[in-house]
Amino acid sequence: MSRLRLAAAATAALGFALALALAVIERPAAVLNLPALVEAEIAGAGALHPITAVLLDFRSFDTLLEVGVLLLAVIVAYALREAQPDGPDRMGLDTPLLRAVISLLLPLMLLVGAYVLWAGATRPGGAFQAGAILAASGLALRLAGLRVGGLDRAWRVHALLALGLAVFVAAAVLPALAGHAMLDHPATLAKTIVIVVEIALTVSIALGLLALFRLAPPQVDGPVFEDRRSKPRGGA
Amino acid sequence: MSTALFHACIGILLCTMGLFAFIVHRHLLRRLLAFNVMGSGCFLLLVGLAQDGRGPDPVPQALVLTGIVVAVASTALALVIFRRWYRVSGEGQLPEDV
Amino acid sequence: MSPFDLLLGFAVCATAALALLSRELFRAIVMFIVFGLCMALVWVRLEAPDIALAEAAIGAGITGVLLLDTLGYLRRRYRKPANGQGGEGAR
Repeated sequence: MSRLRLAAAATAALGFALALALAVIERPAAVLNLPALVEAEIAGAGALHPITAVLLDFRSFDTLLEVGVLLLAVIVAYALREAQPDGPDRMGLDTPLLRAVISLLLPLMLLVGAYVLWAGATRPGGAFQAGAILAASGLALRLAGLRVGGLDRAWRVHALLALGLAVFVAAAVLPALAGHAMLDHPATLAKTIVIVVEIALTVSIALGLLALFRLAPPQVDGPVFEDRRSKPRGGA
Repeated sequence: MSTALFHACIGILLCTMGLFAFIVHRHLLRRLLAFNVMGSGCFLLLVGLAQDGRGPDPVPQALVLTGIVVAVASTALALVIFRRWYRVSGEGQLPEDV
Repeated sequence: MSPFDLLLGFAVCATAALALLSRELFRAIVMFIVFGLCMALVWVRLEAPDIALAEAAIGAGITGVLLLDTLGYLRRRYRKPANGQGGEGAR
């Protein structure tokens, strides 16, 4: 790398650090006491754990957009995907040891994922963490070359990917149709709505993260690239 | 200095290191690492400053939680695009990058 | 602020620096995964167990797998000298 580039980078980083430090030193005092506000309003929210309440009730619009961003990323990845051969792709290390370990660990991972989702109502946990754990177990499955039979059909995967956003949008729009503000759930229904949205979100987040991994091109490469997994195919 | 403020300062350091590496490196994968380190620094700054002198604050924590998921989504998307670019060009960096 | 915080802060900065400045890309990525785990500990110190859970599962786990997978792709592609460009991209 050139000396000029190094100097420019050092100057930019130093200036940036100084500006940030100045901003931290000169920061204004907090106007609102947010924890107290959350504490005061939590009875009407759908969850007793403050972070879940913030995510899915007080600031649910953020979460809605975030699920939209995830879906958008998956859609772009789909658009960039290259033509793949039909049938199951050849991803996976086919070792008996990995398979044995995963068949032992997978039920445990699914259980942990479900527990974390359930725990989100009253203590640390929730849709994001559960989705990440489920995505990790899906990755483990794929690394072992195993597949979930029900997800072989593309339309099922697409439907589940869109499920989180669809349910969330429905939960946002239905109160508006009933004359309330958008995403403003009546206190009696809030708990049910939060649980339904959370389950849908978990499924979509897990599948979305997994899809972003799966769609990374290419599984099978051109003649330049001789992978041990790409066995010669007839005519190709 | 409270624990929260100390970790906010670590966040500043991380942001700075990330920015420096982002400018210095040309390899796109390294830039992605730098981008992620910078993101982590921002999250630390956000939560650390909000909690300085007060207890845990669920609002910035929830924002950071969404931020982490968005960061991993953008990283994964960047990797998809990078691999596609690498496949067409055979290069790990962009041509107009000097 | 306890000595543990100091140690943790140092660990976070050191792993970040190694992740950003290692010459070898593989080492950089592994250091980035370690950095994610240290960040999870920092979130615990900041009384944010939710973020710690997410960071450990996403930041260290899924991002690490994605990066390593991409690195494996770069290396596989240039194992054969057929392309004539050497292992430039995978370093």
